[in-house]
Amino acid sequence: MNLMQLTLLEQAVFVLAALVLFLSFAMLAQARLLAGIHVFAWQGAVLAAATGLVAAGGAPHLFISAALTLALKALLIPWMLHRLVRRLELERHVEPLQHPALVLMAGAGLVIFSYWVVVPIERLELVTTRNILSLSLAVVLIGLLIMVTRRQAVTQVIGFMSMENGLFLAAVAATHGMPLVVELGVAFDVLVAAVLFGVFFLHINESIESLDVDRLNRLSAREDDT
Amino acid sequence: MNALLIAVFLPLAGALVLALVRSLALAGWLNLGFCAGSLAAAVWLALQILRGGDLTGDGFHVDAFNVYLVVLTALVGLTTAIFSRPYMAHVCRDGQVSEGRMRLYHSMFQGFLFTMLLALTTDNLGVLWVAVEGATLATVLLVSLYRTPESVEAAWKYFILCGVGIALALFGTVLVYFAAQHALADVAEGLSWSALYAGADRLHPTVMAIAFVFLLVGYGTKVGLVPLHNWLPDAHSEGPTPMSAVLSGLLLNVALYAVVRFKMLVDGALAATDKAAVAGHLMMGFGLLSFLVAGLFLHRQRDIKRLFSYSSIEHMGLMTFAFGIGGPLATFGGLLHMLVHSLTKSAIFITVGHATHIAGTQTIEHIRGMIRTQPAVGWGLLLGVAAIAGFPPFGVFTSEFLLLSATMQSWPWLTTALLFGLVVAFAGLFRHLHPMVYGKAPEGQQPVAANMLPVMAHLGLVLWLGIAIPVALSRWLDQATFLITGSHLL
Amino acid sequence: MNASAWLLVLLQALLFLLGAPLLVAWVKRVKARLQNRRGPALSQPYRDLYKLFGKETLVAHTASGVFRAAPYIVFASTLLACTIVPLLAARLPAAAVADVIVLVGFLALGRFFLALAGMDVGTAFGGMGSSREMLVSALAEPAMLLAVFTLAMTAHSTNLASVVDHQLASGLILRPSYLFALMGLVLVAVAETGRIPVDNPATHLELTMIHEAMILEYSGRHLALMEWAAQLKLMLYGVLIVNVFLPWGIATRITPAALGLGLAAVAGKLLLLGVLLAVAETGLAKMRLFRAPQFLNFALLLALLGLLSHVILETGA
Repeated sequence: MNLMQLTLLEQAVFVLAALVLFLSFAMLAQARLLAGIHVFAWQGAVLAAATGLVAAGGAPHLFISAALTLALKALLIPWMLHRLVRRLELERHVEPLQHPALVLMAGAGLVIFSYWVVVPIERLELVTTRNILSLSLAVVLIGLLIMVTRRQAVTQVIGFMSMENGLFLAAVAATHGMPLVVELGVAFDVLVAAVLFGVFFLHINESIESLDVDRLNRLSAREDDT
Repeated sequence: MNALLIAVFLPLAGALVLALVRSLALAGWLNLGFCAGSLAAAVWLALQILRGGDLTGDGFHVDAFNVYLVVLTALVGLTTAIFSRPYMAHVCRDGQVSEGRMRLYHSMFQGFLFTMLLALTTDNLGVLWVAVEGATLATVLLVSLYRTPESVEAAWKYFILCGVGIALALFGTVLVYFAAQHALADVAEGLSWSALYAGADRLHPTVMAIAFVFLLVGYGTKVGLVPLHNWLPDAHSEGPTPMSAVLSGLLLNVALYAVVRFKMLVDGALAATDKAAVAGHLMMGFGLLSFLVAGLFLHRQRDIKRLFSYSSIEHMGLMTFAFGIGGPLATFGGLLHMLVHSLTKSAIFITVGHATHIAGTQTIEHIRGMIRTQPAVGWGLLLGVAAIAGFPPFGVFTSEFLLLSATMQSWPWLTTALLFGLVVAFAGLFRHLHPMVYGKAPEGQQPVAANMLPVMAHLGLVLWLGIAIPVALSRWLDQATFLITGSHLL
Repeated sequence: MNASAWLLVLLQALLFLLGAPLLVAWVKRVKARLQNRRGPALSQPYRDLYKLFGKETLVAHTASGVFRAAPYIVFASTLLACTIVPLLAARLPAAAVADVIVLVGFLALGRFFLALAGMDVGTAFGGMGSSREMLVSALAEPAMLLAVFTLAMTAHSTNLASVVDHQLASGLILRPSYLFALMGLVLVAVAETGRIPVDNPATHLELTMIHEAMILEYSGRHLALMEWAAQLKLMLYGVLIVNVFLPWGIATRITPAALGLGLAAVAGKLLLLGVLLAVAETGLAKMRLFRAPQFLNFALLLALLGLLSHVILETGA
């Protein structure tokens, strides 16, 4: 495939998709809690912009989904997280990454892996979408990596939500969005999940006086080792 | 169509109404009433389907396969509601749960049933995903209902793990939609299961194979397949007992149902390629692994509810394996096993609820001499475990026997693994069961007001299915087998 | 054609020599303005160089021949590297005989001798500066190579002239890989030219300095050459960034009009880049040395992402 065959609009979608991936990496490396939330908000905004561009390119129903993404992922959820972090007095919380270089390389490895996964999808006329699929899979997997490498409940939620961003990117770029019912349902689920996460922060904070999920280990001790 | 709408949306109405009802006693009865109404509508729907064939339209698709799960879901929902009314009232009197949270409990109980029924009956794969995710959201606050550190931890694990799993499933769904856009004439129907199934042979095989991996991992997390099973014992052991009953009896089934639906599509898409059975092989592998690992884990449990949740993982593994083999015999066995496992396991969890109530703890070491303190609970536990372990007169024996024969037919070598797993699980259950039922009761252990009616009803049904499957039901299951595999067993 | 082309190469080298101090002066002046100071005149670096050339050159008695030779080698290798970079016109003979890997090699050669010279005298500061410089460059060089390879893969050539040609021929294309390579290269340039936040060119604060620590023992003519080489390096990176990523305006035919346009274009772009650099330096604080590896890892990651996104998004069936 050659980029030159695409219109400028499509190229812009590509660039934005690549930026979403880049922001995932930034989230992966970010030690400060608040900065992580801001990066997440930016990712939501870039995603909304990409959705808007795809919509402008001939899929007007996507404008709704772009607005939804902007409202939810770039404004509402980051705002909620922000408020919670303030309420729990974690503004200055810094969680240095163990082995940052290793984690980042693992992230790069995931990008290559996701490319390898989608390479067999050839012979479809839409090769562009295949490439964006691999990017969005990489965003999903890096979200997973964030959840695995981080011990802080808030960062885990950010990882979770960035996984959702990857899924949205896949849906928007590869299939020009899902049917509206599904989009609305998914958005609703995400919203409810965000609210529940907020409730959980308070509960976890109450029960172990910290948001370090490593200390959630009572149940692992339940099983008999003999 | 009316019956369908009533069956599905009555619980939604229930969830809304119960969120507003302040009186606890009234809420318990209303909960029961909504479940009964839903069951009545489900039975009516089943009769319609049996007489008039499949029902498709307005975003719903009901055939023999899912209508029997609809009836099962509504039935287990009703019996659990019967059990839950006095049990939760007792919990509330104990002061473990405030009245506000009881309202949440009742409302979410109905909400959970609604998402289950919606997931079963919808034709839209995207809505299926939304409903299964909705089920997680509805139950996650119930798992942490007691607000103990342990229950919060369990709920967090449940939330995170299932959330991640289900996100992968959404990626798989997107891939399916992607494949559909290139295969179907009407793109708007790209997520309609019936449209996809009709055009399955035109779906891009590679895309569908990749999608299936994501879907299996995603929905498999919900099924409780090893190695993504960690949430299951935690959520079952820390949530209120009625919740454990519906989680084990219903949620796992629905997730497996989703996997099987997708397998039907993938099999259609891959039929003409050289990797025709790849979906089945994946399911067999995951299923067998879960079956064996969970069987071994049974031995090291100290918590009675964890014990039985591992047993659930084991049986879900077995069913996944059965659907993976794929022939009519194995599929028939799998469907039957779904049915009897749901009934038996929810009966067991209800009995366990009473047993922990009597003993005042969930630790196996301290649950002793049930048959002396309260014979009904002791016998219920004994018979329930006998049934789930696959003792002959019960229905579980029948379905496991069918599965073994099917395995013998197509994969003779794996029969040894299955037999080994069954023996290990059997030993694991009975070594814990014996002292709990026959051991010396601690002094001062008092019987409690137990309602054993749901247990009796479930075990009675399982026994009936073990002795003689009614002709109507076997026709029905055969019809579902035909839908899934394309050939009749009977 | 050939002779005039080589003449043009010489002209470019001359422009680099003359322009480099001006660029540094420009950045300093904009920075001063941003900090509400008047700042030095634009001619100040020239006067400094002139004064240093006139001064006596002192050499420590412990110094070996390496110390004396290093300024000339550093200056010459940097200047040679400059000739490879297309300044006014793209297709020049110097660019044809040497590609971008040679460019990196020249820079590495200069750096190698700079570090040797720092250690040669045996003072504590020199050794410290050299070890820090090596730390930075060991991380910066792979990042730079990766970024450059991204360009090379798009143009199917490691030759800078071809890369520029390819850019011009294909018109405005938004390439994610270029975006990442650009960001990576900017970070590398900041680290390699010793700007804030990696190093601060304006201080001799002993705890933090990298570049200044190595040339602490130099004086007179030697110091002038070293300073000039550093200024050349800044301009080299600047030209590399503006002319490779945004080559519009560069002369494709060798006519006076085209060359004049090329000169105006590159001067304008460099002035703009200087303003950006000054703004960034005013806004940022110098980071601790121990965070420099993180900074460069980030550059490496960006370059790697550029390469990956080139492979994933811009190639394929």
